[in-house]
Amino acid sequence: MTALATPGPGVGSLVDQFQLGLDAPICLTWELTYACNLSCVHCLSSSGRRDPRELSTAECKAVIDELERMQVFYVNIGGGEPTVRPDFWELVDYATEHHVGVKFSTNGVKITPEVARRLAASDYVDVQISLDGASAEVNDAVRGSGSYATALRAMHNLADAGFTGFKISVVMTRHNIAQLDEFQAIADRFDAQLRITRLRPSGRGADVWDELHPTAAQQRELYDWLCAGGEQVLTGDSFFHLSGYGEALPGLNLCGAGRVVCLIDPVGDDYACPFAIHDNFLAGNVRDAGGFTTVWRESELFTELRRPQSGGACTSCSAFDSCRGGCMAAKFFTGLPLDGPDPECVKGNADAALLDVAAGTAPKPSADHSRARSRPVPVPVSIGLRPVQRAAPERACDENPLAGFAPSPAG
Amino acid sequence: MSTETLPRPFDVDAGWRLHPQVSIRPERFGALLYHFGTRRLSFLKSPTLLDVVRALDSQPSARTACLAAGVAAAEIPTYTRALATLAQSSMICEWTGE
Repeated sequence: MTALATPGPGVGSLVDQFQLGLDAPICLTWELTYACNLSCVHCLSSSGRRDPRELSTAECKAVIDELERMQVFYVNIGGGEPTVRPDFWELVDYATEHHVGVKFSTNGVKITPEVARRLAASDYVDVQISLDGASAEVNDAVRGSGSYATALRAMHNLADAGFTGFKISVVMTRHNIAQLDEFQAIADRFDAQLRITRLRPSGRGADVWDELHPTAAQQRELYDWLCAGGEQVLTGDSFFHLSGYGEALPGLNLCGAGRVVCLIDPVGDDYACPFAIHDNFLAGNVRDAGGFTTVWRESELFTELRRPQSGGACTSCSAFDSCRGGCMAAKFFTGLPLDGPDPECVKGNADAALLDVAAGTAPKPSADHSRARSRPVPVPVSIGLRPVQRAAPERACDENPLAGFAPSPAG
Repeated sequence: MSTETLPRPFDVDAGWRLHPQVSIRPERFGALLYHFGTRRLSFLKSPTLLDVVRALDSQPSARTACLAAGVAAAEIPTYTRALATLAQSSMICEWTGE
């Protein structure tokens, strides 16, 4: 979120207030579908295939009614690729008619000239086009062949329709940190605004974390770039772990999970944040009695998150007041304790602990909607009883619900 | 982009109004403000400041709005700074009287 606090009369710091939670989220992420035409290697929600249990149009409208009553100003809609839902535009219109603003993230596949004109005409809808490389080569390695061209075509259509100030949303990786100035140039070319966010080891991101997360030197480069000229760059306040370098970055510098933000996933599950799709961070479901409002206000998990948290080993660190131990989800999915340093701690305080995390022991996401990859599957041809052999999954996200299920030969 | 006009000092004796595209959500610390046009969020860090902002629409000037909300005369400069910040981000706009 882009936040501006008024100076002057105040009662305690806002960060302290937000740690205690609010009666309604400031904004929330709502993933409308797990279906996606792409299969980005770092997808937070391991999207690909639609889930048959996804909320119906009527159920989505009921959620919007609740958000209106709670005065949630806007929702960040994502997925999957939200625009592939046949009722996507109907839901966008319904939300804005009910005073819930919409920002939606898209890979651009449905942003035709006609759609772009329609979007340009609305004050209440904002668009974020995802782009993870300033060149097709870098982008398509992460987001898939042709995805750079799709994103650029969408940007052209928006600009031609007179939609200024749309967002270009970039997840920062080892391969695109050197392109920061080029991303800014693309944003300038379209009269758009650059938004950069942190790579998380969530969803399929866990599989590529070791290869893609920025090196320590690149983190410093990113921090210096943001301090030098990043005033106009949105960050979703996602780099607060970098404020351990010294000067705090603009924005809210806190983890808002379950306190001021949360995630509603396509089947209505409510998680503490978009980067924490795991049973440990599941607070409830919008289909439960009392709906989203009750989950937000009364769930055990969110209540717990709003209690003062222990900084653990971090509390003795000079940077703790600014970084507050970093990102909960990043720690969790790299196998680190939640009350210790962030895996990308700028002081290097997580390095030893990371070495102690045994390979394969970090928690896996609770749901995986990745499309099946075409890979050779061994066909068992032996007749009669033989020891059941189970190959280890090639990659963590290939794990399926029946993995490990070995029917007993004895019946 | 939209800075053709030079910023003027905040005129506490002019009339001010909440921007029509801004929504207010009261909170225990004050309020959240959201501007649907600029898509920016602001925080009012005290309940009194919220009272001041709410009084703007019915008051001829920001100064009288402060007084109506119970702000002591000596504290008006503090509230003026907060209102100036809100004006800069277009959360409130000057009332031209039409």
